[in-house]
Amino acid sequence: MALLDVKNLGISFGGLRAVDKFEIKIEKGQLYGLIGPNGAGKTTVFNLLTGVYKPDDGKIELDGKNITGAKTIDINKAGIARTFQNIRLFKELSVLDNVKVGLHNQYHYSTIEGILRLPNYFKVEKQMNEKAMELLKVFDLDKEADFLASNLPYGKQRKLEIARALATNPKLLLLDEPAAGMNPNETKELMDTIRFVRDNFDMTILLIEHDMKLVSGICEELTVLNFGQVLAHGKTADVLNDPEVIKAYLGE
Amino acid sequence: MKKKMNMNKSTKSTLITIGMVVVAYIIMTILANAGVLSSLMKGLLVPLCIYAIIAVALNLTVGILGELSLGHAGFMCVGAFTSSFFSLCFKETMAAGPRFLLAIVIGALVSALFGLLIGIPVLRLQGDYLAIVTLAFGEIIKNVINVLYVGRDANGFHFSLKDAMALNMEADGKVLINGAQGITGTPNDSNFTVGAILLVVTLIIVLNLINSRSGRAIMAIRDNRIAAESVGINITQFKLLAFSISAGLAGLAGVLYAHNLSILQAQPKNFGYNMSIMILVYVVLGGIGNIRGSVIASVILVLLPELMRELNDYRMLIYSIVLIGIMLFNWAPKARLLREKYSLKRLLKKDN
Amino acid sequence: MSSFFSYLINGISLGSIYAIIALGYTMVYGIAKMLNFAHGDVIMVGSYMTFLMASSLGLPPVLAVLIAVVICTTLGITIEKIAYKPLRKAPSLAVLITAIGVSYFLQNAALLIFGANTKMFKSVINLPAIKLANGSINISGETQVTIVACVVIMLALTTFIKKTKAGQAMLAVSEDKGAAELMGVNVNGTISLTFAIGSALAAVAGVLLCSAYPTLTPYTGSMPGIKAFVAAVFGGIGSIPGAFLGGILLGIIENMSKAYISSQLSDAIVFSVLIIVLLVKPTGILGKKIKEKV
Repeated sequence: MALLDVKNLGISFGGLRAVDKFEIKIEKGQLYGLIGPNGAGKTTVFNLLTGVYKPDDGKIELDGKNITGAKTIDINKAGIARTFQNIRLFKELSVLDNVKVGLHNQYHYSTIEGILRLPNYFKVEKQMNEKAMELLKVFDLDKEADFLASNLPYGKQRKLEIARALATNPKLLLLDEPAAGMNPNETKELMDTIRFVRDNFDMTILLIEHDMKLVSGICEELTVLNFGQVLAHGKTADVLNDPEVIKAYLGE
Repeated sequence: MKKKMNMNKSTKSTLITIGMVVVAYIIMTILANAGVLSSLMKGLLVPLCIYAIIAVALNLTVGILGELSLGHAGFMCVGAFTSSFFSLCFKETMAAGPRFLLAIVIGALVSALFGLLIGIPVLRLQGDYLAIVTLAFGEIIKNVINVLYVGRDANGFHFSLKDAMALNMEADGKVLINGAQGITGTPNDSNFTVGAILLVVTLIIVLNLINSRSGRAIMAIRDNRIAAESVGINITQFKLLAFSISAGLAGLAGVLYAHNLSILQAQPKNFGYNMSIMILVYVVLGGIGNIRGSVIASVILVLLPELMRELNDYRMLIYSIVLIGIMLFNWAPKARLLREKYSLKRLLKKDN
Repeated sequence: MSSFFSYLINGISLGSIYAIIALGYTMVYGIAKMLNFAHGDVIMVGSYMTFLMASSLGLPPVLAVLIAVVICTTLGITIEKIAYKPLRKAPSLAVLITAIGVSYFLQNAALLIFGANTKMFKSVINLPAIKLANGSINISGETQVTIVACVVIMLALTTFIKKTKAGQAMLAVSEDKGAAELMGVNVNGTISLTFAIGSALAAVAGVLLCSAYPTLTPYTGSMPGIKAFVAAVFGGIGSIPGAFLGGILLGIIENMSKAYISSQLSDAIVFSVLIIVLLVKPTGILGKKIKEKV
C-alpha cells in the first residue's frame, strides 16, 4: 500500500482552476520529486496536502487513513510535516527552541507543571533538549543552538526548517524548494543531508525543486505539473527525457 | 553541557528580575520605616506594584503573544469590582487574611474567565481590529459597571441597571454597588508587602510560562502562525491560554487597586481606554517582550510625573514630549545613524 | 412616531459628525497604515480656534471657521512631518505610541493655554429651524448644516479621489507605497496631502460638534475621536464609503439607544454592535478581505 495516495485532487480560486485532477502515489521510503514551471500549482498541492487549503474535490490518503479536508494540525499529527518556499522560522526564538517547538506534540507536560516547575518539567525538558540537540547535530547546527534563528545564514535557515519539520516525527516530509538561494556547494551538501535523512530516519520525502541537478541527483520518481494538471509521472530519467516535459519547460 | 548552560541562562535571568524586585522592596521598606520617605512616596508604593503587575500582564499579550490589546484596564476593572464586592460581602464574617486571599483568587479567576470568554470570538481578529475590539470591550465593562446597582437585604441579593431605588429592598437593605458611585467601604487590605509579593508571583508565572513548552508554542504563534500550525500547534488553544492568563494577572492588579482605596469607582481615568493606553506605553518603553523592562519602565514612568510635581501643569506636556522624543530617538533613521556614529562602543574602539 | 423621526434625524446629524471625522481617520489609515490617535485632538484644536476667533476676537463665523481649518491643516502637516514621517519604517507599535504622545501633547498644550474650565461654545450656525409635521418635528439649523456638510464632503472626497491625479496617487500609495514610488508618485507629498485633508475635516467636524454640543474642554475631541475610529472600523477601515456609512449608522445607533434603551448604556451598546459586526464580518461592512500567501 502506498504511503501517500492522492486521487483526483482539485481546487479553484475564483474562476481559476489552480489544481485539477491531481494524482500521486508515493511508496514508503521513496524520494519523490514534484516539478513544473513557475505557477504550475506545485506549492498549492503542498498547501492542499497540509490542510492550508481545503480541496474542492478529490481524496488524500496517508498510510491508508483519509485526511482529506482535515485541519493543518491534525494532518501534522497524522504524519505530514513540511518546509516553506519563503522560509518561515520562529525568528525571535533560538535555533534550539525552534526545534523544541517542533517537538511540541512528542513530549508533554502541562502548563501548570511548567509554571510551578514541578519535577516533570525538568525531566521532560531534559529529554526535549537531548532530542533537539540530536536533530541539530544531524544538520550540523548544534554549535549555533543558542543563536536566534533569524541570525543564521540563509542556507542554515533552510536546514533548520527541515530539522524542525523532522522534530514532529512525520511519516512524510514535504520540502518546498529546499535548495532555493543556495550555491552549488551548499546544494551538494543539502543533497547529502536529504539522503541521510531518508536513510537514517526511514523517511519518505516529497520535494518541489527547480534545481535539475538536485532533482536528477536524488529523486527516484517524478511528477510533472503544468497548468495545475499532471503532465507526466514516472522514473526520473524517463520523465526528464519526455518531449512533452521538455516542451513545457522550454516552450515551443 | 551546552544544554545545561542554556537552561541556566533563562533561570538566571528570572532570578535576577525577581531579585531586583526583592531588593527594591527591602530598600523601600527600610527607608519607609526610617521615616525618610515622604508621604507622597509612601502612597506610591502600592500603585507602583499595581502598574508593574499590569504592565507585565499586558506584555504577555503584546510582547509574547504578539497581539495588541487596548482593553487591559477593562480586565483590571473586572478584577477590582469582583474582589471588592466579595470583600464587602464578607467584611464582617471573615478574618482579614483569608478573606483577602480569597478576594485575590476570585478577582484573578473572574478576570481570566472574562479574558477567555472575550478571547474565544475576538482572537480570530488580527492587528488593529483586535486593538479596537479590546478597546470597545474595556469601555463596555466600564459603562455597564457605572449603571450596575447591587444591594442585599434579608431576602438576598437584588440587581438593577436603573438606580438604587429600583432594587426594591427591605428596610434593612444595604446598597453594595451603587452605580457610578461605585463601591464604598472596601477593606483596606492592600499594602506594599502584599503588592511586592503579588508582583513576584506575577513575574514567576509569566517568566516560567515563557520558558516552558506552552510558552514556546505561544511565541511560535507570534513569530509565524502558519509555521506553528504546520508543526501541530493548536493556535486557538495557546492564544486563549496566553490571553486569559494575561487578563487574570490584570485582574490581580485590579484586586490590589480596589483594596488600596476606600471608594472604588469606574471612571475614564482609572479604567478607561486611556489607562489601557498608558500601560501600553509602559510596555513599549520597557521593551516589547521584555518582562523585566516592563517592571522598570512602569516604575520610572509612574514616578516621573510625580517627581515633576513642582512643574505642575507642565509635567504632562513634558511627559508627552519625552514620549515622542524616545520613539524618534529609537526609530528615526537619522537618530539611528547619529547613535551609531557616536556610540560609546565605537568611541572606545577608536581609542584603542 | 414624530418623536421617532426626531431621534432619527438627530442620530443622522450626530452620525454625520462621526462620518466627517471617520473620513479623516480612514484616509490616514489607508495611506499611512497607522492609527492616528491624535486625530481626535485635532478636532479639539479646531474647536478652540473657532471659539477664539468668533467669541473672543468677534470675527464673523465663516472667517473664524476658515482660519480654524487653515490652522488645523497646518497642524496636521506639521505633526506628520515631525512625529510620523521619521517613523515610516518603524514597527507599528512605535508609531502608535508616538501618536499617543502627540495626543497627550495637544491635550496638555490646550490645557495650559486655555485652562481646564469648560468653555461655552457659541454656535457659528445661524439658520432658522425647519418645522415639519405641524411643528412636532424640529430640525435645527445645526442639524441641517451638519447633514448637508457631511454629504457634500463625502461627494467631494469621492470625486477628488476618482477624478484627480492627486486622488489617484493616494489610491496608489495606499495600495503599495513602494510600487507607487517606482511609478513616479510623490509619496511624501501624497501622505502630507492626506494628513492635510484629514485635519481640515477634523476642524470642520470640531466646529459642527461644538455647535451642536456646546461644551468645550481640552478633552472634547477624545471620545468623538474614538467613536469615529470605531465608525471607520465598523464600515471597513480604509474605505471612504465605509467611513461614511459607519459614521451615520453609529450616530443613529447611539441616539436610538439613548432614546429607547438607556442613555447611560448607549456607549456600551455602540461598542457591542461594533464587536458583533466585526465577529460576523471581520473587516467591517465594506472592508476588503486580505489573505496571507503561504
